[in-house]
Amino acid sequence: MNPRRKKRLLVIIAVLFGIGGSIGLVLYALQENINLFYTPSELIDGKGPNKEKPHIGQKLRIGGMVVPGTVQRNEQSLKVSFDLIDTGPLVTVRYQGILPDLFREGQGIVAQGILIEPNVIEAFEVLAKHDEEYMPAEVAEAVKGIKHEKPKYNLDSGS
Amino acid sequence: MIPELGYFSLTLAMVLSVLLCIFPLWGAHTGNLRLMRAAPSLAIGQFAFVALSFAALIYASLTDDFTVSYVAYHSSSTLPWYYKITSTWGGHEGAILLWLLMQAGWTALVAVRTKALPWILRARVLGVLGFLGVGFMIYTLLLSSPFERLLPYFPVEGRDLNPLLQDPGMIIHPPLLYMGYVGLSVAFAFAIAALLTGKLDNTWAKWSRPWTMTAWGFLTLGITIGSWWAYAELGWGGWWFWDPVENASLMPWLVATALIHSLSVTEKRGVFKSWTVLLAIAAFSLSLLGTFIVRSGIIVSVHAFATDPNRGLFILGFLAVVVGGGLALYGLRVSQVKSEGRYKFVSREVALWLNNIFLVVATLIVLLGTLLPLVHKEMGLGSISIGEPFFNKMFAILLVPFAILMGIGPFLRWKQNKWAFLQNKIVVGALASIVITCAWLFSSYEVVTPLTLLATTLGVWVFIATFIDLYSKAAVHGSLKLGIKRLGLSYWAMVLGHVGLAFVIAGITLTSAYSVERDVSMKPGDVAQLNQYQYRFEGVKEIRGANYGGHAGVVTVLKGNDTVTRLYAEKRRYDIGMQFMTEAAIDAGFTRDLYLALGEQLSEGAWSLRIYHKPFVRWMWIGGILISLAGFVILFDKRYRAAPRKDEIERAL
Repeated sequence: MNPRRKKRLLVIIAVLFGIGGSIGLVLYALQENINLFYTPSELIDGKGPNKEKPHIGQKLRIGGMVVPGTVQRNEQSLKVSFDLIDTGPLVTVRYQGILPDLFREGQGIVAQGILIEPNVIEAFEVLAKHDEEYMPAEVAEAVKGIKHEKPKYNLDSGS
Repeated sequence: MIPELGYFSLTLAMVLSVLLCIFPLWGAHTGNLRLMRAAPSLAIGQFAFVALSFAALIYASLTDDFTVSYVAYHSSSTLPWYYKITSTWGGHEGAILLWLLMQAGWTALVAVRTKALPWILRARVLGVLGFLGVGFMIYTLLLSSPFERLLPYFPVEGRDLNPLLQDPGMIIHPPLLYMGYVGLSVAFAFAIAALLTGKLDNTWAKWSRPWTMTAWGFLTLGITIGSWWAYAELGWGGWWFWDPVENASLMPWLVATALIHSLSVTEKRGVFKSWTVLLAIAAFSLSLLGTFIVRSGIIVSVHAFATDPNRGLFILGFLAVVVGGGLALYGLRVSQVKSEGRYKFVSREVALWLNNIFLVVATLIVLLGTLLPLVHKEMGLGSISIGEPFFNKMFAILLVPFAILMGIGPFLRWKQNKWAFLQNKIVVGALASIVITCAWLFSSYEVVTPLTLLATTLGVWVFIATFIDLYSKAAVHGSLKLGIKRLGLSYWAMVLGHVGLAFVIAGITLTSAYSVERDVSMKPGDVAQLNQYQYRFEGVKEIRGANYGGHAGVVTVLKGNDTVTRLYAEKRRYDIGMQFMTEAAIDAGFTRDLYLALGEQLSEGAWSLRIYHKPFVRWMWIGGILISLAGFVILFDKRYRAAPRKDEIERAL
């Protein structure tokens, strides 16, 4: 092999190794960081055709409506707990900290956290969208069984 | 009447842009100079009519014309006048009109500032820009007109601008970002024009470079301001969320960064030509993809505008035409491109090639993380989200080789290098950065994790290596003063960009490692301690603004016996939408930010408060501003302003 070809070969091998290595790394990191989304009924009854239930200790996202009257605050420690609902069973979410501005009873929220009991989630993040009309798309889909509900034109409000 | 004029004016602009698309391209194809000569005036005319149309929307907003649906849903009579103006891009339709204004503005600028270029190239660049203009104008006129009326039943009061957007950051963030997004269309147009002409050489790169750099500078600034806005306005102390919309702006930025580096190689050395063209196509395609993601609402995001599948479909189709057409042309012409230069492994060419590899890999990672949830869902596998840790981890891994290379790269000369010349600089630079970082971190913090140490060292290394290089390049001219004067502006752009990134790296690392927060419940007189500061809660007072009321938590910040500052963390309630908004109080500093957000009232007199101590957080934005300056200084480079030499023109034709 002449030196130029040898150099090219080396470069190509290096590139292939680089690509292979990075794909491996990406897949590994992905596996650890994909959080499945559940609704309260999926969490209790199982999700998908095989009715798979999450295991205790799993990191997941849950979305549902906050059941009015279930928000309980601990005045001293900023601990708060509330129930979420979509179409059936209730799931309790515990959280410590200040809730987002738009957290309100009866509104749709998404929480991210760890399942500590079959129906209890310890959340480290609670999201409520900054839009009074908002219902998370995932929640809307689960509750209403509709996909991409086209909003009425006049609900167009800001980013 | 005025809104109808706005719409009519936009229709006229559309007619002009159709002509702008056809005349020069056809003229260039057939060699008809008269057709090509029409292009600049068409471009300027197009801009004038779009500007008129935009002015009409601003007028409608300023005069509280709530018969216009867009104004009714994005403004109100109590909104301060400056927010009435910015409300014109606070919603979907207006934002697209702003995009159009930018597009027409860039096109007009290209028409005015390329007098020195040969007609055939100038005409093709303008023709391609005209084509892009047509696409967006059809979209605006048919699917997203901001001039629609609510007649005969219109509201007496508007629904107000989303409180989140009532912030100075929001006044400038979208225009800057759009300047960047749309500016990349100029790089795209140059690439397509060069492909059409069939001559891809370094003169093409030279002409395209200042445009690309400027667009990239705006994009950098737009992203930086966006991050600062999120920090100041969302009340969570966060500055980057890996939200799909943020990713949508980061992807074109990463590719554009690769592009400006690759362009410099193409310009100076005549290699990487086809790669550079591909990057130019990719950069603009990604900025279109970003628009598609934001406008179609297919990905749930905090930024999502009200969504409309038709709009998404149109942008997707347009994206397919632009990307498909660009790539097809590229495929047809790329075989004619030949590299001119030769280079060895230890050379600046290879360093810049590696830089491009890293940036493209980073783009692919963001693309994967952004689109995978969508693909997963459409395949019926359920809805997933990809967490921040994924992006953080991948970027942290990529950063290590990237930052090392970034320090070494400038040391290298074109073609080939003797290792011995590099050795000293690398060893001195590496040792100095390790010593300085250790001294800095171990003297300031009790706990220093290996990762924090590594990442901070990398930031310091980029900083020091850049200055070693600056010194060595300036010193060769005998006196340092003289040497510094002789360095070209594109060299200074490199220095600014790299030093800026050094600040960003150090800022992100230190603020991630050493930020602390406390959620506390406080009664008046209570004191909370966080790091070396004491926060004394003085109570809550009522506040009243033009279109909101609410409470402000008054907190005196003390350090020992000294009063540092008094902060007013507000909880506003906007009158019209009844939305609550946390307006964080920030005491900004070069080495630390004190950040305070008021939560809710708990029991009598007690309020929940969130206190953050964020060291070096401001360095990120300082860095971002420095980086963007790199894109602007090159505008003052005489090399790019002078008329092209005759041989350059001949070669381009």
